[in-house]
Amino acid sequence: MVKEELSTENRPDNTAFTQQRLPAWQPILSAGIIIPGFVLIGLAFIGIGVALLVTSQSIQVMEIDYTGVDQGSPCFKCTDSTVSNCKCEIEFTIDKLFEGPVFFYYGLSNYFQNYRKYGASKDASQLSGDLDYFTSPATECDPYIKDNNDKPIVPCGSIANSMFNDSFVLSRLINGAKEVVPLDGKGISWWTDYNVKYRNPSITPLKNAFNGTVKPINWPRPAYELDTSDPANNGFINQDFLVWMRRAALPNFRKLYRRITEGNYADGLPAGDYSLEITYNYPVLSFDGRKKVVFSNVSWMGGKNEFLGIAYLVIGSLCVIMSIVMLIVYAKFKFPDED
Amino acid sequence: TRRTMEQLDSRTIYIGHRSCPASEAFIPPPKFCDNRIVSSKYTIWNFLPKNLFEQFRRIANFYFLIIFLVQVIVDTPTSPVTSGLPLFFVIIVTAIKQGYEDWLRHKADNEVNKYPVKVLEDGKPVDKDSEKIKVGDVVEVKENETFPCDLILLQSSRDDNTCFVTTASLDGESNHKTHYTVPDTEKDLDSLSATIECEQPQPDLYKFVGRMHIYKSNQEPAVRSLGPENLLLKGATLKNTQKILGVAVYTGMETKMALNYQGKSQKRSVVEKSINAFLLVYLCILLSKALVCTTLKYVFQNKPGQDEPWYNEKTQREKDTNLYLKMFTDFLSFMVLFNFIIPVSMYVTVEMQKFLGSFFIGWDKDFYDPEIKEGALVNTSDLNEELGQVEYVFTDKTGTLTQNNMEFIECCIDGFQYKYHDSSSELDGFGVTYGPMSKLQQKAGWEREELFLRALCLCHTVQVPSAPQEEKGFIASSPDEIALVKGAMRYGFTFMGLESKTMKILNKNDVEMYELLHVLNFDPVRRRMSVIVRTRSGDTLLFCKGADSSIFPRVKLEEVERIRMHVERSATEGYRTLCVAYKCLSAEEYEHADKGLKEARLALQDREEKLTAVYNQVETGMSLIGATAVEDRLQEEAAETMEALQGAGIKVWVLTGDKMETAKSTCYACRLFQRNTELLELTVRTLEERGRRREDRLHELLLEYHKKTVQDSPLAKTRYSSWSVGNQDYGFIVDGASLTMVLNSSSDSNTSHYKNLFLQICQNCTAVLCCRMAPLQKAQIVKLVKNSKGSPITLSIGDGANDVSMILEAHVGIGIKGKEGRQAVRNSDYAIPKLKHLKKLLLAHGHLYYVRIAHLVQYFFYKNLCFILPQFLYQFFCGYSQQPLYDAAYLTMYNICFTSMPILAYSLLEQHIGMEVLLCNATLYSDIAKNAMLRWPPFIYWTLLGVYHGLLFFFGVRLLFGNLALPDNGQVFGNWSYGTIVFTVLVFTVTLKLALDTRHWTWINHFVIWGSLAFYVLFSLFWGGIIWPFLSQQRLYFVFANMLSSVSTWLVMILLVLLSLLPEILLPVLRKPRGPHARQVQLKQTRTQTLYF
Repeated sequence: MVKEELSTENRPDNTAFTQQRLPAWQPILSAGIIIPGFVLIGLAFIGIGVALLVTSQSIQVMEIDYTGVDQGSPCFKCTDSTVSNCKCEIEFTIDKLFEGPVFFYYGLSNYFQNYRKYGASKDASQLSGDLDYFTSPATECDPYIKDNNDKPIVPCGSIANSMFNDSFVLSRLINGAKEVVPLDGKGISWWTDYNVKYRNPSITPLKNAFNGTVKPINWPRPAYELDTSDPANNGFINQDFLVWMRRAALPNFRKLYRRITEGNYADGLPAGDYSLEITYNYPVLSFDGRKKVVFSNVSWMGGKNEFLGIAYLVIGSLCVIMSIVMLIVYAKFKFPDED
Repeated sequence: TRRTMEQLDSRTIYIGHRSCPASEAFIPPPKFCDNRIVSSKYTIWNFLPKNLFEQFRRIANFYFLIIFLVQVIVDTPTSPVTSGLPLFFVIIVTAIKQGYEDWLRHKADNEVNKYPVKVLEDGKPVDKDSEKIKVGDVVEVKENETFPCDLILLQSSRDDNTCFVTTASLDGESNHKTHYTVPDTEKDLDSLSATIECEQPQPDLYKFVGRMHIYKSNQEPAVRSLGPENLLLKGATLKNTQKILGVAVYTGMETKMALNYQGKSQKRSVVEKSINAFLLVYLCILLSKALVCTTLKYVFQNKPGQDEPWYNEKTQREKDTNLYLKMFTDFLSFMVLFNFIIPVSMYVTVEMQKFLGSFFIGWDKDFYDPEIKEGALVNTSDLNEELGQVEYVFTDKTGTLTQNNMEFIECCIDGFQYKYHDSSSELDGFGVTYGPMSKLQQKAGWEREELFLRALCLCHTVQVPSAPQEEKGFIASSPDEIALVKGAMRYGFTFMGLESKTMKILNKNDVEMYELLHVLNFDPVRRRMSVIVRTRSGDTLLFCKGADSSIFPRVKLEEVERIRMHVERSATEGYRTLCVAYKCLSAEEYEHADKGLKEARLALQDREEKLTAVYNQVETGMSLIGATAVEDRLQEEAAETMEALQGAGIKVWVLTGDKMETAKSTCYACRLFQRNTELLELTVRTLEERGRRREDRLHELLLEYHKKTVQDSPLAKTRYSSWSVGNQDYGFIVDGASLTMVLNSSSDSNTSHYKNLFLQICQNCTAVLCCRMAPLQKAQIVKLVKNSKGSPITLSIGDGANDVSMILEAHVGIGIKGKEGRQAVRNSDYAIPKLKHLKKLLLAHGHLYYVRIAHLVQYFFYKNLCFILPQFLYQFFCGYSQQPLYDAAYLTMYNICFTSMPILAYSLLEQHIGMEVLLCNATLYSDIAKNAMLRWPPFIYWTLLGVYHGLLFFFGVRLLFGNLALPDNGQVFGNWSYGTIVFTVLVFTVTLKLALDTRHWTWINHFVIWGSLAFYVLFSLFWGGIIWPFLSQQRLYFVFANMLSSVSTWLVMILLVLLSLLPEILLPVLRKPRGPHARQVQLKQTRTQTLYF
C-alpha cells in the first residue's frame, strides 16, 4: 500500500484498499484454458470411471429375500404372527468362491427408520450411561418411557424398542452334513459409537445398574443379556444394538450383521451349497416391508455401486465431447484471442 | 392545546419576563418549550422496548419472529435456536448500530445543551446552561460565539446598531450578513418594557414577521416592525461585533434550525423493490412446498400400515389430537423446516454491504477537491446501487454546470459596447488611469458613462469587510454583484463601503458620498433589485438592476431597442446579462414611496405581498442606462461529463432559472446541444409568434414536435436507446411559463393529453433545456418524469437552495459543495465537490454498486434455494415426517458462517470490469440499465440454477446411497452422514460458484473464499470431534470424519461439485462469440491498446 501526501486533513487516504485498487488477479475463462482443461478433466474422469466400474464389477453380491410372502417359500410359515420362536431354513448355492472377507448384511425395505419422531425417540444421556436417566428417561422416548407398571424402560424409546431381532446361522452343506460358518460380530459398528458415544454405567455386574427398570417391551431379553456368549458385548455397547441405533437414511436399507473372517472361511465362502437358518421374529408384512440377507465383499470404494463408475464415465466423455464441440465452434467463429 | 385561540397564529413574548404597565391585562405567558435540542430517538429507559418495537415493525423481522414463536410453541423438527439465533444476531447488531448512532446524537445534543451562555438577570449577566434559556430571556452573545436560540437583536456593541453574522452552519453562506437592532429601543434594557408579538415557529430561514410594542411611561406604546433582519438564528455565528444582547423568541425544538432538520423523506431503492418481489416468490415457493408436503403426508398415511407402523407407535397425545389441528401443526412444521429458504441474513448482508460499500465513495481521492479541501459526502447508503441505474439527470445550470465564479466581461451603455481589455496589466486597477473603456465603435456620452458606473457601484448589497485585508475583497450573497462592483472598479469607480447609511465611492481621487435610503431587495420572482440613494446635492435617485425581462417593461421603449440587441448577443455567448436603469425621484414621489415602504414593512400579515406591491409601484418609469455581461465559466470538464452521461444512455435535462439564451449557450458549451442538433422551442416567444392564441399555438406546436420526434423517428420504430449514430438529434427547449400551460391546461382532458405529448417529446430528445424555472417547477418536472411510464430512475444535481426541491424529489439527489451555500448538500443523498465527479460516481461507482448488490441478492436467493431443496426432497423419502436432512448446527450456520463472508467480500470488492474501463466506455453503463440484473429472466435463471443444484445434490447422494456400505470396512452410513455429504457438496458448490463469478480476486477474496471452505471443514471436524455436553443428542459425532474415510464419498462429492458448475463454466465460453458483451469490450480495449502502443 502506498501512502503519500499526508498534508491535508480531509484528503481521503490514498491506500490501495480505499481507492479500490488492491492488486487483483483477474481470471478470464477463455477457450484457451477451458478446452484443454476440459480434455484433461474428461480424460481423468474416464480413467477414474473405468477403475470404478472394473472394481465394482469385481465385487460379488448375493441377496436373499426371506420375508416369506410366497406360500412356497420356506419362511411363509413364520409370517403368521401367532407363531412364536419360528425358525425357517433357506438353502442356496454359491457357484464360485465368494472372496473374503465376506460381509453379512440384513436388509429391510419400506421401513422408515428416518421418521422424525422415531429418530428422536431415544435418550442420549441414558445411552451414555448416565444413571439419572435410568429412573426418569427423557420425554422424547414417548410412548416407550415407562411400562404399564410405571417402571422406566431402559433403553427407552422407539428405536431401541424396535431393534431387529432375527438371528441367523449360516452352515455349509458338505456331503449332507452341516458345517457352521463362524460369524464375527465384532467391528460391525462404528468404532466411535462403541468406544465413546455409547457407554454402559460403570457398575459391575452390569445387571445391577438396571435394577428397577424394565426391558423394552418388544425385547425378549434385557439389555444386559443381549449377548450371552460375550459379557463385554452387552448393554448399550452391544454391537447389534449400536448398528441398529445408527438410523438409516432411506427407507430401503441394510445393516451389517456379521463378518465372515474366521477359520476356513477367512478367504471367503468356497463354492458349494449353504443353508441359512433363520430365527424369524421380526414382523414386516404389517407395513408391507421386506426382509433380506445380503452377502457382499467390499473393495477400496466400499460396496458394489455401479452408479459412480457410470457417472464418472458419462461426465468424462461429456467433457471430452464438449471440448470437441467448443473446438469446432471456435474454429468456425475464430478464437477471439487471436484476432 | 394549552394556548388560547388568539395565540394560535402568533405568540407574545415579554422581554425579560416583565409584565407590562399597559392597560391590557397581563396574560400569563404560555409555556414555551425549553431550549433543549433533542435529536436523539431513545433514552436509556425506552431504548429496549422502543427499538424492539421498531425493529419488529419491519415485515421481515416480524416474519422471523413468527417462525421463531411457532418453533417454540409447536413441536417442530428444528429447535427454536436455529431460527432464534440468527434473528437474535440481527436484532442485536441492528440495536447496537442504532444505539451507537443515538449515543452520538445524545453526545452532540449534550454539547449543545450544556453550552455555557450568559443570561441577563436583574441587569447582570448570569452563567447558565444553554438548555435553561426560556423564551423572553435576554441573552448576551460575544464575538465568534454561536447563538443559543433564535434571538431578536436588541442591542449591539457596534455604533451603527448593527451586527454581523455568518450562517455558514445553517445554509453554508459564509458571507457576513448584517442584522439590525430594533429601532428606538432603550439603551438601558433594565428599564425596557416591551412585548414582542411574532408568528408561530416555522422552518423558513429567511422569513420572519413580528411586531414589538414598547411601553414607555405615560405614552402610547410604540410599535416597531420586526423582520428577518432583526432575527438572529440559532446556529449562526456572531462576527465583527464584540457582543450583542437579544431576547429569545424561539427556543429548543422550535428554533428555525431545529425545524429545518426534521422530516427528510425516506427514499427506497429499486433493488429493494426487486428483493421484495423475489421474496414474495420465495414465500409462495415456501408455502407451496409446505402445502405439498402436508397433503402428501396424509395421502401417504392413508396407505395401509403406514399411518402407524408397529415400530413407530403414536403417543397418546398424538392419538387424541384433532385431525385438522394435526394437519395445521404439520403445515407449520413444514414451514419451519423450509423457512431457511427466506434468509434472515440476507437483510443483514445487504445492509452491511450498503453501509460498508458507501465508504468507498467518501474514500475516493478522485472526489477530493483541493480548493474546498473536501471529498465526497454520503448522506445515505441506501441508494448506492441506484447510482448505477440512472436514466435521467436533471442538472441545475448556475453553480453546477457553470462555476458560479463571475467575471465582468463587457457592458453596454446607451447601445454602445464597451469591452474591457485585460492586456495591459493587473496593476491597471482603480484610479490609476481613468477611462480605460476602450471604445469599440463610438462612445456614449461621458455623463452617461459615469452614471452607469455609479449605478454599478451603488445598486448592490455588497459589503466591504471592516478588517483591512491585503487584497481588496468583497462579501456578497450573490457572486454577480461582486463581479459588477469589481468591474466598476476597473473603470475607476471603487466602492469603499457602507457606513451608517452612507455609501462611499472613490471616483478617481474624489470620494463621493451617498445616503442610502432604501434597499428594495432582490427576489427571484421580481428578478431585480433597487436602491434609493440621496446625493450630496440632495437629489433622490433610484438605481435598479435586473433581468432584461423584468426591466424592459419598466423603461421607455426606444431605449430598449438600442440595448436589446446587445443583451441578446451577450446572452447567446453564454454571458449572464443584467440591465441597469435609473430614475430621479421627486420629493413627493420619494415621500410617497418612503411611506409605502415603511407601512409595508410594519405589516404583520402578508408583508411580502405588500412590499412587492410597493416595489413594483416604485420601480416604474425608469430610464435604461445600459446592460452588463458577466461570464459564468463552465465547470471543469463539464462538457466531458455531459458527453459521458449521454454516452451512457442517460438523458440530461438542464433545469435553470436563467434566461433561455444564456442557458442555451451553456448547453452548447457543454455539448449537450451539438451543431447538428435540431432545437425545438416551446417558449413564450414561439407561442406568441404568428399572433395566435397561446393555447392554440401550444396545441399546434406540441403536435408538430411530437410528430417530428416520436412518429417520424426511426428510433421509435426500432425501440432502441438513443445513442445510435446517424439519426437526427433533437434538443427541446421549454420555459417555465409554457410548462405551466402544458401542466395546467384549461381543460382537464387536455392536461393529461398535453402531459403525455410533452413527455414523449422530451423522452425522444437527446437533451432538454428547461429555463426560467421556479424551484417548485423543477421538482414538478422531476416528478412528471419520475411517474411516467416505466418509472425511470431520476437523479437531480444542484448546488443551491433553489435546487433542494428537485433534489428531494428525484430518486437520487446529488448536492454540489458549491458557493451557494450548504442547503443542497444537506438535503442531498450524496454530495460531491464538482460536477465532473458525477461521471465517476455514476459510471464507475454506481455501476459497480449495482452489479455487486444485484449479484448479492440473486446469489442469496440461489444459495438458499439449493440449500433447502434437498431437505424438501428428503421428505419424500422419510414418510413426510419433517425429518431435517441437515444437523441443526449446519442449518443455523450455513447462512451466518459458511457462506456469508465470500459474498460479502464479493459485494464490496468486485470489479467485473475495471474502473478505468468503465470510465472510458460510457456505453457499458447502459448494459445494466433498467434494473437489468434483477429482472425476472435473470431471477428465473438463478432460480433454475438453484433447482438444478438442489436436485443434483440430493439425487447424486441418493444414488451413492444405493449401497450403504461406503467405507472399505463394510460398515454402513446413517441419515446424518447422508445430510452431511449433501451439505458438504452444497457448501463447496455454492462457494465455488461465487469463485467462478468473481472477476476481481484481491487477497481478501482469496482469504474469505478459501478461508470459508477451510473453516467449514475445520468446524465440521471439531463439531463432530467432541462430545458436546450441552447437546442432548450427539448426532454428528464423528460423522464428518467417517465420511472423509470413504473414497466413494470423496469421488461423489468431486463429481457433484464439478457437474453443478459445468454449465456455469460452459455458458460464458459458448456465449462469447456472439453479441457485444461487456467483457468483450474490455478485451477489445486491451487488445487495441497493445496494438497501438
